[in-house]
Amino acid sequence: MPDRSTLLRVEHLRKVYESPTGDVEAIGDISFTMDAGELVCIVGPSGCGKTTLLKCLAGLLRPTSGVVEMDGAPVTGPSPAMAVVFQEYGRSLYPWLTVRGNVELPLRHKQLTRAARNKLVVDALEAVGLAHAARSHPWQLSGGMQQRVAIARAVAYQPDILIMDEPFAAVDAQTRADLEDLVRELHASRTISVVFVTHDIDESVYLGQRVLVLSTSPTWVQEDLAIDLPPERDQITTRALPRFTELRTHVYDQIQRAKRGQAVAPRSAR
Amino acid sequence: MTAYTERIAATARSRTVGSRIAASLVYPLGLPTLLLVLWGLVATRGTSKFFPDPLTIAEAFRETWVGPAFVEDVLPSLARLGLGVAGSIVLGIAAGTVIGLTHWLRELLEPLLEFLRAIPPPVLIPVAMLLLGITDTMKVVVIVSGAVWPILLNTIEGVRGTDSVMKETAESFRVSWWERLWFLVLPAASPRIMAGVRQALSVALILMVISEMFASSSGLGYRIAYFQRNYLIAEMWSGILLLGLVGVFLAVAFGLVERRVLRWYHGIREVNRA
Amino acid sequence: MRVPSTRRLRALRKAVLGVVGLTGFLVVWQLIPTLGLINPSYLPYVTDVLARLFEQLVDLAFWRRLGGTMTSWAIGLTVATIGAVVLGTVVGLVPFLRRATHTMVEFLRPIPSVALIPLAVLMFGIQRQAALVIIIYASFWQVFVQVIYGVADVDAVARDTARGFGLTRREQLTHLVLPTTLPYLMTGLRLAAAVALILAITAEMVIGNPGLGRMIELSRSAGDAAGLYALVVVTGLLGLTVNIAFRFIERRVLSWHQSVRGEEPL
Repeated sequence: MPDRSTLLRVEHLRKVYESPTGDVEAIGDISFTMDAGELVCIVGPSGCGKTTLLKCLAGLLRPTSGVVEMDGAPVTGPSPAMAVVFQEYGRSLYPWLTVRGNVELPLRHKQLTRAARNKLVVDALEAVGLAHAARSHPWQLSGGMQQRVAIARAVAYQPDILIMDEPFAAVDAQTRADLEDLVRELHASRTISVVFVTHDIDESVYLGQRVLVLSTSPTWVQEDLAIDLPPERDQITTRALPRFTELRTHVYDQIQRAKRGQAVAPRSAR
Repeated sequence: MTAYTERIAATARSRTVGSRIAASLVYPLGLPTLLLVLWGLVATRGTSKFFPDPLTIAEAFRETWVGPAFVEDVLPSLARLGLGVAGSIVLGIAAGTVIGLTHWLRELLEPLLEFLRAIPPPVLIPVAMLLLGITDTMKVVVIVSGAVWPILLNTIEGVRGTDSVMKETAESFRVSWWERLWFLVLPAASPRIMAGVRQALSVALILMVISEMFASSSGLGYRIAYFQRNYLIAEMWSGILLLGLVGVFLAVAFGLVERRVLRWYHGIREVNRA
Repeated sequence: MRVPSTRRLRALRKAVLGVVGLTGFLVVWQLIPTLGLINPSYLPYVTDVLARLFEQLVDLAFWRRLGGTMTSWAIGLTVATIGAVVLGTVVGLVPFLRRATHTMVEFLRPIPSVALIPLAVLMFGIQRQAALVIIIYASFWQVFVQVIYGVADVDAVARDTARGFGLTRREQLTHLVLPTTLPYLMTGLRLAAAVALILAITAEMVIGNPGLGRMIELSRSAGDAAGLYALVVVTGLLGLTVNIAFRFIERRVLSWHQSVRGEEPL
């Protein structure tokens, strides 16, 4: 087990969008902490502000109130210790750059020798199994492979924490299973902490060490569930475990309650 | 024996290759050849002195443009055209990027640019003559002031339309301002910029010709107008032909550059079509 | 209630900034001769130019010349459009013709229309026909190329379906080819309208047939700077009107179209 120091601390986070059609409270009050080396999944009903939360974590959005702290320092903008994998790989990879160019781009402003930069790129592409496609352009690859490129770009950036926003929502089921295992493997072998946002309950239980269930908007953390499945996971055997079924049923119930608005907000939220 | 069969195979191969080449030549060259022959027949039989036959024009072309006239008239024209186009591209992209990235500046300048763009470029020639006299600078300025608009406006639109997720990606990886400009903003706008450059090329060519017809003592436009005033009909036609060739050359050269610069763009379109 | 007010505020800001931009341009223009940066006989005061502009607007002779220019424009544009639509449809529908004419089109289209001015002058002198040759040549290609693109864009499956249901050639043309081609045609028409105006004025400047262009050239040779600039402003306003009018027509005609097409980037 990696050390148990707190990596990410979110406290009373609130985000209100001001729009021409009136203010919208996307996030009501979210608090949680995450230790270094953890893999935390965040699930919630659609439209519950998952993407908003993630953008606040990544420093892409300024919260209306509350604090996001990374290693004890408040997050005020995108941090070099974080890397984001977006859901729309087609729009987050640059079609005019090669696969290699895309992975290399975020490294350009880091003070690295050419050789060191090259090593990071090659290493990251190998890690996601795309060493052979370095000279292709993203649009020549399948959707799953494109998302692998996006993951390689994030890995090469050498972040402490990887933030993934429904990264596999747009790929087919088989590819999705492969990519899930890739994330678990990268998490284990590279000691990167991962925040994984998804709307897929099975995926959250299969991947996570912890699952945060969010309520409907205005959002708070409805449940913080530890996933006590064995650390060695396998698409077939793990998913066949009775405990897996129990956990997914539990999360499913929580989300149904959230949708019906039956869940009770913690006292701190109101 | 083997040599014999090989030879037969070779002739058979060359015949199919030959017929394929012939077929691929008939379509592109058939109609032009037909029209040229027709023109020749009508011109030799007919009485119109304004339409000399193609051979006379070809002869005049060689006599007029091959030799010192090429250095005295053609090269200066092309130099002015090249300078004007280069100036428009640099100015259009630079100003377009700044305006496209700055919201208030865009709102400030939009109506003004809309008006300036609507001025038919050739009316700028008398204005430029007034301000700058009959000089080479004047002609280059005229070309730039007419050809810059399509590039400028397309760059503004292209820069403004940069995809939001692409921008967020650059932001989240803390890509620096210059890198963002070079690796994100300009490539994303490049299809529109190239469309603007294509329009700018034809405007620039028109302005080169007109400015020379109007106010010059050398250059292609001047020569053609001179031939016409002196009733040198075949020479005039040869000048029109040369201008046509310049136009075609520019279009082909642009096509090659565009294919290279926008390879990714055409690639995506092909993938989407499949 | 806040909805319209915010939106209106934003539109207001945009309008105010636009007016500020235009005013700023006029002020800078006024300052340049005032500060003596450029001799006023080369760059006259804005106030003088605007005064001349209003003088022109009440002058009947000015309107007659404007009428002359716009008549050439309208005739040229109409002839070019009709010719381009007929030829474009025929060539676009018949694959043999499309292949046979391809090189011809690729060679003729980039020829700058102004190269034909000497020929037009030889044939027609300084009459309107000389200007029409140039206008028609230039605007023809704009429409022709778009019509060919449009006809080629007809969906193969839709065409087979139409044939399967035994639609006559005429029915196919009105129900299938026309609707597909219309957006392309409107784009071509808008481009052609702008090009036709440019060449109508250019032809008058160079050839000397009566109209705004000739007036511009006369002002220049007479050294009447204020008059020249006033006419340049007029041509700008004219170009603006044509652009806006054709954009409006395009939107009206295509309002039925599911996707009122954005500008094709290429």
